[in-house]
Amino acid sequence: MKARIRITLKNGVLDPQGKAIQNALSGLGFKGVEEVRQGKYIEVDLAATDEAAARAEVEKMCQELLANTVIEDYAFELSAR
Amino acid sequence: MKSSVIVFPGTNRERDVADVLAAVTGTAPRIVWHGDSEVPQSDLIVLPGGFSFGDYLRCGAMAAHSPIMRDVVAKAKAGVPVLGICNGFQILCETGLLPGVLQRNASLKFICKDVWLKVESTRTRFTGCYNQGEVAQMICAHGDGNYFADSATLDRLEGEGRVVFRYCDPTGNVTPEANANGAQRNIAGIADATGRILGMMPHPENAAEAMLGSVDGRKLFESLLAA
Repeated sequence: MKARIRITLKNGVLDPQGKAIQNALSGLGFKGVEEVRQGKYIEVDLAATDEAAARAEVEKMCQELLANTVIEDYAFELSAR
Repeated sequence: MKSSVIVFPGTNRERDVADVLAAVTGTAPRIVWHGDSEVPQSDLIVLPGGFSFGDYLRCGAMAAHSPIMRDVVAKAKAGVPVLGICNGFQILCETGLLPGVLQRNASLKFICKDVWLKVESTRTRFTGCYNQGEVAQMICAHGDGNYFADSATLDRLEGEGRVVFRYCDPTGNVTPEANANGAQRNIAGIADATGRILGMMPHPENAAEAMLGSVDGRKLFESLLAA
């Protein structure tokens, strides 16, 4: 299975990189950009074919390494490769 | 005093801290590779500065899971003093030995300059030779030193006297202008509840010889001997 994992900063956590991107977009003439938040996208190919097992595995990966839950939230989808 | 300095791929300040430890304690520390499984018997473990694993994923995230860290965490919990400087502080946060996280500097710029720190707690193994409220001049060199924790955690740290260093101006005023990287409440260093684990962004090892512009960092290592 393939896991598509999105890691985003929690609400209220300052995102200076998002701010810089927002300023750059405004500089390029894009009007009405109200906020930009930057995150990470990670794809993981898994040998597992059972969805429940894969879900448990990816959940653990996110908790232990891929996200820092002090400041980040994560969400993922699973699909057949 | 026996000390061990842990080296990860991308660590680059191990010699600086080894030099100061040798000068202050009279014994050269052992340099321990991250792939080892055991830290030799030590009175101090140092996680030095640098860019372990190229700062991939998050600063310190990969290093926190290096084989040696299992034993570092075990020894820390058994009471061996642990000092995390710069990248070492980031690693301590990623392992959970210290709360919070170091985010990108608010300025988005790498900062390499002198900073002034107000010593907020002398009740740690690392700060006994300082006076309460003393101003210490050290050097900082980091891109991700912006300390963040939720307000409940920050209040707990303050309440337990675990904020050890705060960025201040040369006369000791803790101001927004003196806050080098946007850290919450100007926090530059924190300790665990026992005062045996210290994480700090500035480099005391680079402020330990007159030739380098400040000797204020030397007292941190002398405190370990006196403790």
